[in-house]
Amino acid sequence: MKNTQSKEIIAKFSGSLDQFDLSVDVTLPARGVTALFGRSGCGKTTVLRCLAGLSRVDRGYLSVKGKVWQDGNYFLPTPKRPVGFVFQEASLFPHLSVDENLTFGQRRAGDRANIISRDDLVELLGLGALMNRSTHHLSGGERQRVAIGRALLSGPELLLMDEPLAALDRLSKNEIIPYLDRLFKTLDIPMIFVSHDTEEVERLADHMVIMDRGKIVSNGLLSDVLSDPALFIAEGPKTSSVIEVEVVSFSEVDKITEVRVEGGRLQIPGQLSDVGSKQRISIAANDVSLAKEQPSETTILNVLPARILDIHLLDGARCNLLLSIGHQNEDGARFLARITQRSLRKFDFAIGHNIYAQVKSVSMVGAKI
Amino acid sequence: MWDPIWITVKLAFITTVILLVLGTPVGWWLARSKAWWKEAVAAIVALPIVLPPTVMGFYLLIALGPDSPIGQITTEVFGRALPFTFAGLVVGSVIYSMPFVIQPIRNAFEAIGDRPLEVAATLRASRLDSFFSVALPMARPGLLTGAVLGFAHTVGEFGVILMIGGNIPGETKVLSVAIYDHVEALEWGQAHILSAGLLVFSFLVILSMMVFEKRLGRRLR
Repeated sequence: MKNTQSKEIIAKFSGSLDQFDLSVDVTLPARGVTALFGRSGCGKTTVLRCLAGLSRVDRGYLSVKGKVWQDGNYFLPTPKRPVGFVFQEASLFPHLSVDENLTFGQRRAGDRANIISRDDLVELLGLGALMNRSTHHLSGGERQRVAIGRALLSGPELLLMDEPLAALDRLSKNEIIPYLDRLFKTLDIPMIFVSHDTEEVERLADHMVIMDRGKIVSNGLLSDVLSDPALFIAEGPKTSSVIEVEVVSFSEVDKITEVRVEGGRLQIPGQLSDVGSKQRISIAANDVSLAKEQPSETTILNVLPARILDIHLLDGARCNLLLSIGHQNEDGARFLARITQRSLRKFDFAIGHNIYAQVKSVSMVGAKI
Repeated sequence: MWDPIWITVKLAFITTVILLVLGTPVGWWLARSKAWWKEAVAAIVALPIVLPPTVMGFYLLIALGPDSPIGQITTEVFGRALPFTFAGLVVGSVIYSMPFVIQPIRNAFEAIGDRPLEVAATLRASRLDSFFSVALPMARPGLLTGAVLGFAHTVGEFGVILMIGGNIPGETKVLSVAIYDHVEALEWGQAHILSAGLLVFSFLVILSMMVFEKRLGRRLR
């Protein structure tokens, strides 16, 4: 294996595959959770397959944490790549038991077999009770947990997941997400997962890559990418922004949690979490309204001084505004507001203006350490 | 009466073993290859289904006969040409029963699809490894069907054997030929016994195959 200096994941794939043109040049962090996001048919699964060596395009380059897996004619075949791959359908081997499925990769992983302890993984994924069952009698969520465990026991340096939740119903999804959350927080393995569900991405990812028609259109921290008003995902009806917060206090009297965000504070109904813990919250763009002056009489808890950083007109009557919390500078936490273009003209809002943002509701996304 | 039964069973067993060993890689190749000429190979494999046994027997007789290149080689090595020997029957049976073994094996490999093999590859299994640890066990129902059909089909072989094996008692006289001889000699009783035996055998083969397939299929689904 050749080596390079870079400690990240550098992937360049271009060429045609089954009449689909792919042109990707992307650098991803070799830690944390990266979401590969886009509409169906945008090529995100193809990129994932190229990373695993399951598909091969004409011109490809791939290095992971300094090791070159693919360059020109050099192509490390899939069995030689230390990746774990979780497919959309669990694809458990029907002729093997749950236990044998789990050990399939581990027995072939050589000196990487014990990077993750089997007992820990069984515990993390709640597989103990499934061990002696036949794979045919598992629920969708259980099957996918076994598949994830199987991939991880092969000692991967990189875990790839192709819409691991897409084939599951809402109930199984809710069942499996806490396991994934725990897994991502506990294991120090970079993970890349493909998704077309923003909720899933908000909940699980740290880093986000957006693809459209075989190309990368955005790549960055989750909060930055989600609050880019010009991206197509900012045009949907359920557009929301994700902000990292720290719990400051909880009032026993009226059951309100106060959290600190970059540039200000927010009050959230209910007990969010322990004081001092880091959390992730989501603000729906439709739940934000703007005022020129500080509203003196309002029932809305969170009225934040903010500055307009960007304005993006949408097709139709509405527009997206990118806001930064605080009037002093533009370093505050960023989020999107969705208002009508009529209001935009009526109040003469423009980039650089200081305004007050009224946030009607804030929801908590999965807990982060 | 026992000689033809023993020869028939021995012939069918040897033929089946040879066909499983040959047919598994061929079936795998037919299922996985993307070569444009693969269907031509598939057609050659399937040819014995439609080819009249006497025609096949005639060509085999010529191809294996002492004057042919193959005949010269066998004469050189074994001291005689293959027609009218048990070995000749094996060669004929292997060709005659080939489609009945290879087709189910090919179907079984095709039914597996790419996914389990991709999963195996991402779990560090090399191609050879995943063939033996994933593809073969998953294709078990097809292998079983192929073996049973190949065996049963060889037991019932008549035309090809008559053409290349003749009717040498104790060496090439198989059950179906024996029945024919009994009928020719108006020995109805003997013919009845052997025919009824084959009828029961055929029924049991089909029945057990259906039961087995169902059970295996359920386990693998």
